[in-house]
Amino acid sequence: MLTIALMIAFALVSLASLMSLIRLLVGPEPLDRVLALDTLYVNAIALIILFGIWQKSPLYFEAALLIAVLGFIGTVAFSKYLLRGDVME
Amino acid sequence: MNPALEIFLSALLILGGFFTFLGSLALIKLPDFFMRLHGPTKATTLGTGAILLVSSIYFTVQGTVSLHEILITAFLFITTPISAHLMAKAAIHLKLTTAKNTRHPATNTSDTKAP
Repeated sequence: MLTIALMIAFALVSLASLMSLIRLLVGPEPLDRVLALDTLYVNAIALIILFGIWQKSPLYFEAALLIAVLGFIGTVAFSKYLLRGDVME
Repeated sequence: MNPALEIFLSALLILGGFFTFLGSLALIKLPDFFMRLHGPTKATTLGTGAILLVSSIYFTVQGTVSLHEILITAFLFITTPISAHLMAKAAIHLKLTTAKNTRHPATNTSDTKAP
């Protein structure tokens, strides 16, 4: 039962990653691509957590935490650069 | 594992996956950047939060009390509004165009093109 739900969740989150990849390639403005990258970071976190549940090992959560922190820093840096032309004023 | 707990975890997993899918669907279907900004915030908090909750309960039941996922959830809850706010601010300053019949945040009128 849990395995079936896990496979459905895997399929849904993979489709979500694919759709944000489409927005990353299409997006007419650079800010659209920043938003798509932020969504890709969060979908990667979801995929790693699902993989950790599937393999029954709590080994993978440090990687998810790293992606969360660095993804947030990347989004903030990109947005501030597009806002002012300079990351830190 | 307790069957009721297993059904509850499965339902939460499908709910989390569905909200993540919905958040990315907003990125493709909506016609405007300001509208597209709504999607990933819901996907992050509801979708990934539900998946992290499932992982936390699953590994607590298996034996080892794991608090890493609660940490990731708290971090995502705090940082998602910050990044959304910064992106919206950058969009206003860059004067991105809005869709028809919507108010532009910079001019507060319904012009379709930004000034």
